[in-house]
Amino acid sequence: MSSLFNIIRKEVKELLTPATLIPIIIFAVIFGSLGGMFSGVTEQINEPPKIALINQDGSPVSVFVYQDFEARSEVVYNGTDVDEAISELKAQDGAALFVITPDFGSNISDNRSGVVQVYWIMKGAGLMDSITSATADVVLQAVTKDLSKALIDSHYTDNSTVILNPINATQSTVFKGKMMVGVTPGQISTVMSGQGFVIPLIVVMVVIYAGSMVVTSMGNEKENKTLETLLTLPVRRTSIVFGKLAGAAIVGLVLAAIYMVGLGYYMTSLTMGAALDLSAYGISLDLFDYVLVGISLFLALLSALALCMILGIFTKNYKAAQSMTLPVTMLALIPMFVLMFSDFDTLPLAAQVLVFAIPFSQPIIAINSLMFGEVGIVLLGIAYEVAFAVGTMFIAVWLFKKDILLTGRVKSAQGKKGTSWRALLTKRK
Amino acid sequence: MAAIEVINLTKKYGQLEALKGISFSVNEGEVFGLIGPNGAGKTTTLRVLSTLLEVTSGEVRIGGYDLVKQADQVRKIISYLPEDAGTYKNMKGIEYLRFIAEFFDEKDRDEMLRRGVEIARLDERLNDRIDTYSKGMQRRLLVARALMIKPKLAILDELTSGLDVINAQTIRRIVKESARQGTTVLLSSHNMLEVELMCDRIALIDDGRIVASGTPAELKARYHAGNIEDVFVEVVR
Repeated sequence: MSSLFNIIRKEVKELLTPATLIPIIIFAVIFGSLGGMFSGVTEQINEPPKIALINQDGSPVSVFVYQDFEARSEVVYNGTDVDEAISELKAQDGAALFVITPDFGSNISDNRSGVVQVYWIMKGAGLMDSITSATADVVLQAVTKDLSKALIDSHYTDNSTVILNPINATQSTVFKGKMMVGVTPGQISTVMSGQGFVIPLIVVMVVIYAGSMVVTSMGNEKENKTLETLLTLPVRRTSIVFGKLAGAAIVGLVLAAIYMVGLGYYMTSLTMGAALDLSAYGISLDLFDYVLVGISLFLALLSALALCMILGIFTKNYKAAQSMTLPVTMLALIPMFVLMFSDFDTLPLAAQVLVFAIPFSQPIIAINSLMFGEVGIVLLGIAYEVAFAVGTMFIAVWLFKKDILLTGRVKSAQGKKGTSWRALLTKRK
Repeated sequence: MAAIEVINLTKKYGQLEALKGISFSVNEGEVFGLIGPNGAGKTTTLRVLSTLLEVTSGEVRIGGYDLVKQADQVRKIISYLPEDAGTYKNMKGIEYLRFIAEFFDEKDRDEMLRRGVEIARLDERLNDRIDTYSKGMQRRLLVARALMIKPKLAILDELTSGLDVINAQTIRRIVKESARQGTTVLLSSHNMLEVELMCDRIALIDDGRIVASGTPAELKARYHAGNIEDVFVEVVR
């Protein structure tokens, strides 16, 4: 048994390193945070939605519907003006405005469905952003059912069509300042997620593949000692760093193009069924927008490569290089997941700062923002990406001139392992 | 003018002092050997002189250039061959030599390549991928890479480590020929026979200090030894 334990102890010690633990801890934190976000959503679902009500009819049926809406939700506005109601809803984080039209009662008396105009307030394009409107939709369905029941109980009418569908809801959605008549939040969400899903996936794939290429290349160069040869040739360190980055960037862009074509076809086939042309509502990308997204994507790739180059400097061999890509993979996955569930605009401030600080978020933010003509934040993001890429490249070049490039981790005189920060910070004269 | 001048060179890795103020000089066209036990500081010395590691303190001049202030100039006149050096395995032998030549002046490239092919003596195998080469073939290619540029100084770490007698002899002959043509050679080795056969002068390094230096004959006479191996044992014991 002692031999067995001896081997087990050796295996555990070899496998349970910071390189294996840290990524798992980061994963746990990310999923924990996502869990926190979901629990917030669950609370949102259980709470009555905030709505605005306008009753333009005075009939007993309309009063019944009005009171039922009141009973099932939290009414934040009760008046006559549609614009005022929408403003109040926006201010109070409300979900929808229900307008009971003037001929609601007479329509039902005439065996026609009564018309309720619904104005959905959609805050963002993320999956979680449509939760509030979904809860208001549940209220609308419940009120419709209650009215059906009341019509049956009171023998108000024996027309089965009216009894089954007493309310005809005409729907419009207010989304980022635009009134989209005849469109539901669900339709917008489907189309937006279709259009906005390609870029996050490309960003993640390219960052992971191109990034791992750089780190692996460094690992291989160190393991094969080809780096030592390269560093003693008459070539500037800057040229070595930029050469490696440019090579990986070219391959990364080729990968991005392949992914873009493939995923583009895939998403087009998925969203064809949505039958909603957002460009009719002014939500689309023009050539300038695509150029900006391209620039943002390229800069995100460059940032990833420079970051991976720095990680590669600390790697010792091919095996170690494999785990070195994990932190960058994490950074690429965070914006993808967060922005899939929630729009950047609707995130809490701290989350906005965190997401914005990750350079790989910028192409994702860009494509969503440019659809609504929000160029300012995209330009700010591009400026940040430039600063980040230049900064990380500068650090990479600086580290290339240091012993740490070849020595990696060194042992101190006491024999303790650790990064030689003193050696790292020793300035070359 | 001395090809290498090292004055009171120290090198620290954090708290660990690998070189404790070594001084030596190597004349132009000379083959100079550094010998010493494992961890004595041989490879560190070679790496510092190759501009790979930073100088902690002291002065180093190579071909008249200050190693710290004129590292770019130094890299133009040196060639470093690390122990167990590797190559880009997906390249063909000839592609690798061409890749190296591309870092030098365009007018010299064809001549470098011709010389590289001649030194490597791999004939048609130069057109095969390097991952199909034996260890000896790879080392010959690397030696060709190091010497084809006609460096003023060739820094060779464990030149023939792991090679069979035939391959080792071939490589030693190539290096000696290069030295005859004017290249200064600084080499380190654990093979005392190799050092005795190749070197004009030798320095023994132990625990980061040079503890003895001279021609093989001088060292053998000083320590009353029959060969350099006995000198080594006597000095480091």
